[in-house]
Amino acid sequence: MTTTELTAPQAETKTTTDGRPGRRRVLGAGKQLHAGPVTYVVLTVFALVSLAPLVWTAMAASRNNERLAQSPPPLWFGGNLFKNLEAAWEQAGLGTAMVNSTIVAGTITVGTVVFSTLAGFAFAKLRFKFSGLLLLLTIGTMMIPPQLAVVPLYLWMSDLGWSNQLQTVILPTLVSAFGTFFMRQYLLQALPSELIEAARVDGANSLRVVWHVVFPAARPAMAVLGLLTFVMAWNDFLWPIIALNQQEPTVQVALNALGTGYIPDQAVIMAGALLGTLPLLIAFLLFGKQIVGGIMQGAIKG
Amino acid sequence: MTSSKQALAHPATSADAAPGSQPGAARGAQGRGTPPQDPGSWRSRMYRWDMKASPYAFIAPFFIVFGAFGLVPLLYTAWYSLHNVQLSGLDHQTWAGLDNYKNLLSSEFFWNALGNTFTIGVISTVPQLLMAIGIAHLLNYRLRGSTVWRVVMLTPYATSVAAATLVFTLLYSWDGGMINWLLHFVGVDPINWRESDWGGQFAVSSIVIWRWTGYNALIYLAAMQAIPTDLYESAALDGAGRWQQFRHVTIPMLRPTILFTVVVSTIGATQLFGEPLLFGGVSGSKGGSAHQYQTLGLYMYDQGWNIGNLGKASAIAWTMFLILLIIAAINLLITRRLRKSQ
Repeated sequence: MTTTELTAPQAETKTTTDGRPGRRRVLGAGKQLHAGPVTYVVLTVFALVSLAPLVWTAMAASRNNERLAQSPPPLWFGGNLFKNLEAAWEQAGLGTAMVNSTIVAGTITVGTVVFSTLAGFAFAKLRFKFSGLLLLLTIGTMMIPPQLAVVPLYLWMSDLGWSNQLQTVILPTLVSAFGTFFMRQYLLQALPSELIEAARVDGANSLRVVWHVVFPAARPAMAVLGLLTFVMAWNDFLWPIIALNQQEPTVQVALNALGTGYIPDQAVIMAGALLGTLPLLIAFLLFGKQIVGGIMQGAIKG
Repeated sequence: MTSSKQALAHPATSADAAPGSQPGAARGAQGRGTPPQDPGSWRSRMYRWDMKASPYAFIAPFFIVFGAFGLVPLLYTAWYSLHNVQLSGLDHQTWAGLDNYKNLLSSEFFWNALGNTFTIGVISTVPQLLMAIGIAHLLNYRLRGSTVWRVVMLTPYATSVAAATLVFTLLYSWDGGMINWLLHFVGVDPINWRESDWGGQFAVSSIVIWRWTGYNALIYLAAMQAIPTDLYESAALDGAGRWQQFRHVTIPMLRPTILFTVVVSTIGATQLFGEPLLFGGVSGSKGGSAHQYQTLGLYMYDQGWNIGNLGKASAIAWTMFLILLIIAAINLLITRRLRKSQ
């Protein structure tokens, strides 16, 4: 037993490629057999299936409508990419849509991260009446589907004169039960209670504790939650489509309008799909590792 | 508060004295962090109030926002489902009793949507989770560039429903579409995916599968990496090969995670909306020209915002919720059974 205990941490640093701090679990070091050629072949097939539709979108977006209707479908790039991107940008109003989506997803991300960290800290480290029950309630809310709120929200937002305004989309999504639970699980381990006590002894009030102790300790998890929230908020579909119209669309609403037929040009539609996905694809190139780590971390602990 | 002794030892502590000047030794002696003020002072009363109130202040944003935009609407949806609410005349809401529900249960489109939701849910969830377990198992080997593989598998997750569906719609188009072109190599005649009954359902499911397989694979991978090594070692000592280890160690240890993903995917499938909406193109909210892939989510949207019957849309929403609750209850039963049998 001693030998496995001694070798385990080494193996952990080798296998934990996603750089998560504070994981004490031994990552099944001994059983990790080296992958054989068959594994690589099968994984390559799946990787191609994952990437091919996106690469092909770029090819289709660089062609013209007539070419796309012919068989065989284009298997390489044409010369119309920038023309189509420009057309999609103008015809679908993607400029406004990008700005709107950035505002919506950005605000939701900041709100979710801050509120989740505060609530997660309270549930992880503070003692108060009914905390167990309230935590259970928080987790329970994840079961409620968003469809259930849509009709009244639509009616109220119309009453307030808020239809087609961005706050209509932002407000209902500003907090997250998953985020709260995610931060709680992280802070349970990552924030030593002694640190809070030390700050208390120094006379810090709760806000100072949050600012000087909790936020710094939570930073890695806040970053991951932020990325996950941004992806989700950027891709949200149901409520934005009901709440917003074509004057103030998010990217998804604009893409929906492209798809439901008032532009018959398939190459332009593909250019629009490409543009709508591009910001997240870039985020994925930059932060893919962290997003992967966040999903795996959330999965283990959730 | 136990600070009285200490506060007496430091009577000089006043509002303007820096609290940080307390001797560090106080920490060790005191154990729990209590500041050194006189319990009656304004400062320590503030402190106690802060200790009591701040947890509630920290969790308040979640409960206020969720209450206002989640829980209260949930109840109002029930209320509206018992009324006649039309998009065209929002001020005229009249009591309708259970009419919306009766109307729903006697509508062939409701049953059609329910059936579609079920079939699309099954043919999208089952292959998706099976493939995800397989991929996770492969990713769990020691791989060169393991992070790159994981990121690549997750890329579809970054693609929105709208973008993915637009692309797949073109891939599935009848003439000149990539899928039909590939099928002709294996001797299959072109399939009219959009118009045919099962073709549309298959196409819609494939979009779901494409977007979520990698995500589920990562969840399984996380669970696989948490399985203790000794289990595999003792299985290997007993002469179990790789496949037997997978069947008799990995799968049983994954059972809670599998149940978790089944629940999450079921919830997702019940709410399926964006994929059939966009795949249908102009007849999107109908779920295709003959309602071939109109799901419950889509049916609700169609009744509410296309036809304009918000009362009925509310009834559909609550029916969906009840179905989810039934599924959750069945799940709970299965989990209990599994636990007992173990």
